[in-house]
Amino acid sequence: MRQLTATLRNLRKYPALAAGLVIVIIFVVVSLYTVIAIPYSEAVRLWRAAPGVWDDHPVNARPVWFDWFTSDKLPRTFVPSLQDAGVEITEELIGDGMKRVEVVIPFEYDYDGFPRELQLWTKWNFETTRPVISVYWRKPDGELITVAENVRARRAHILYISQEADLRARLLRFAPEVGLFAQDLSVPRAEMQPMHGSYELILQGEIREEDELLDAELYAFGQVHGWAGTDSRRRDLMVPLLWGAPIALMFGILAAVGAQVSTFVLAGISTWFGGKTEKIMQWITQVNLVIPVLPILIMISHFYQPRIWTILGLVIALNVFSAGMITYRSMFLQLKEAPFIEAAQAYGASGFRIIFRYLLPRIAPTLLPQFVLVIPGFVFLEATLAVLNLGDPWLPTWGKVLNDAYGAGALYVGHYYWIILPSILLMMIGFGFSLVGYSLDRIFNPKLRTQ
Amino acid sequence: MGKAVNRIGLFALKRVVLLFLAVILGVYITVLIANMGGELDRIREAQIRHSVNAAAMMDRDIARLPAEERNRIVEEMVERELRRLGMDEPFFPNRSLRYLRSAMTLQLGRAEYMRSDSHSAQVRSILLERLPTTLLLFATAELILFFLALLMALFLSRRYGSFVDRLIIGLAPTSAAPGWFYGIFIILIFGALLGWLPWGGYIDIPIPETPGAYALSLLRHMILPVTAIVISAVFAGVYSWRTFFLIYSSEDHVELARAKGLSPRAVERRYILRPTLPPIITSFLLLVITMWMGQIVLEQVFNWPGLGQLYYQAIQIKDTPVIIGVIVIYGYLLAATIFVLDFLYAALDPRVRVDIGGGGGR
Repeated sequence: MRQLTATLRNLRKYPALAAGLVIVIIFVVVSLYTVIAIPYSEAVRLWRAAPGVWDDHPVNARPVWFDWFTSDKLPRTFVPSLQDAGVEITEELIGDGMKRVEVVIPFEYDYDGFPRELQLWTKWNFETTRPVISVYWRKPDGELITVAENVRARRAHILYISQEADLRARLLRFAPEVGLFAQDLSVPRAEMQPMHGSYELILQGEIREEDELLDAELYAFGQVHGWAGTDSRRRDLMVPLLWGAPIALMFGILAAVGAQVSTFVLAGISTWFGGKTEKIMQWITQVNLVIPVLPILIMISHFYQPRIWTILGLVIALNVFSAGMITYRSMFLQLKEAPFIEAAQAYGASGFRIIFRYLLPRIAPTLLPQFVLVIPGFVFLEATLAVLNLGDPWLPTWGKVLNDAYGAGALYVGHYYWIILPSILLMMIGFGFSLVGYSLDRIFNPKLRTQ
Repeated sequence: MGKAVNRIGLFALKRVVLLFLAVILGVYITVLIANMGGELDRIREAQIRHSVNAAAMMDRDIARLPAEERNRIVEEMVERELRRLGMDEPFFPNRSLRYLRSAMTLQLGRAEYMRSDSHSAQVRSILLERLPTTLLLFATAELILFFLALLMALFLSRRYGSFVDRLIIGLAPTSAAPGWFYGIFIILIFGALLGWLPWGGYIDIPIPETPGAYALSLLRHMILPVTAIVISAVFAGVYSWRTFFLIYSSEDHVELARAKGLSPRAVERRYILRPTLPPIITSFLLLVITMWMGQIVLEQVFNWPGLGQLYYQAIQIKDTPVIIGVIVIYGYLLAATIFVLDFLYAALDPRVRVDIGGGGGR
């Protein structure tokens, strides 16, 4: 306990280290939460976005907090339905064993701005005769607009109001989700204001007497949705943003451990034994320096589409004989001449005992900063592959989101949130590890401590 | 004197041979991977069979023959085509070695699908067309980066512990992100929101006619990518080089020089800068090596028609000769960078210069 408080007191002396650690810990906590809350198989299922998974989400909605930066109240997704209070259902027999069902669904609209899209989902129970439905729209000022007439419905029917060509024509060629809410259709689109007040959606269906209407829901998709927004395939970006954390952490840390530690140990062994071993290791390092690692990695990723573990293994393999080998070697060369090594040799310690008990532990602490500092590099390497659409094809990661956003021209269309959110997370994780690394560097290199 | 020149010449020769062998090995590995364990051969053979079949069907004389006869002729034509492309030999080792030789000499023949802007299918002309743009962008960025970081590091080492010093050093973690990452942000701010500079590409369309306007347009397009590269590396560079300067400026001989009454500038130039240059150049060139590869995504983000973008395009359509060509060029560039590193080291550091005689290299 006393040790813990002492550590904490020490941390206060290095605010940068503390800040970095806090960031890293936050990412670790978020990762643990994510892996438990959204299990892997669920994440993959959500990310693959089979039909039906994300149908009730808007396309390219911005995050809800976008609202805070505008004076307007941006529309959210709302779903007035048959089950709501105040819905009137009337049935009337029209002969030939048919009846007409009329449903009036009232709803309030007080947002500034127009919905992104309108869809009417209906469910019917019928034997053979398909219902014939007509939909009308009553604005607060009483104007009645025909949305669609005499449509033959399926058992689960979605009427894509936003794509009704006839309706568009009736609304002076404005998109239905705009025209149905507009105060005045004679002004240009940029100045158009939505009409606030009570609307009514009137659904009429002609069905056989024994058939029935099970459900009707008007999906008015909003411009903002959730804390992370949605992408062009209606996927909630929260899923990849959350899942990006464990993947980035795992990839960065494992690659750093794999590459740095093996480089370190190999450098120690080769320097101690010298001779042929050292020559060969140096040779491999020389060759490896000339091999264009990233292009080869890109090539392999494209040709073989490896899973993340394979990529991880490749990254480690290609980084073992890196420039670090040269730096470590020069350190070990100096240490090799130290008196305590000579003493160890004198009492007859074996080569490996000297390496693992005397050489490596002596230098390891000075390498801790270096070890932490390379983590962001690997995190960004994974992101780089994903941005080129070459990452693990199954996993939702930050780089994938960036790739999707770039592919959909998010910058050109103005969907900035799509790019900014994953970027900020990438930056934060990189910044966190770097802060820790640089602070450790200052602690372990006392020469640089502020006098 | 003559002896020293000989020794340096011998040293250089040894290094060149060694590096060349390293490049050969690297390229050979690439050739083996690019073959995808024979997968690519099967794809190509299927393509050849398809096109030969199509050609045979177009020929009335052949199309009129009975099926058996026709198949025999098609089979013969496929054989001939495969032999023409040298695909009848086994991939390992014959054909792979032939690929290696042609790759090393950049005699890569014709690209499978890609064409240069002048509609040449020669891999060499496709590559050479893209090389200058990459070198232009990269060299400019690296030069600015080097001198900017060096000057900032010197400046900060003079004002050690001041507010500016702490601020810049506090920014060192920003170098964790690669250039393309800042590229996205920079495009977002200066291209999309402010609209001051072009989003990407390398020259205005239509291409300006006068050389002056051409250069100006090129310059305007270079500002954003160069900025992205510089931002992504400058602060870490300043941080580590400032450390070198600080370590060296507390050495005894520097104290002595100060005590002698030499001007601070002279002390800096003769006693601090001189001995710190070798490690600085080493770290800089190692940085350059890693940044060479980061170019691929950066060029993709900025739509810069360089080698990196070419590589990505070639990968997308599996144009093996172009892929191998780009890797060979990257290999050569890396080897050249390392050679320069060795040589500068030898030229700048007297201790290494003595060491060369022993033939030990580094």
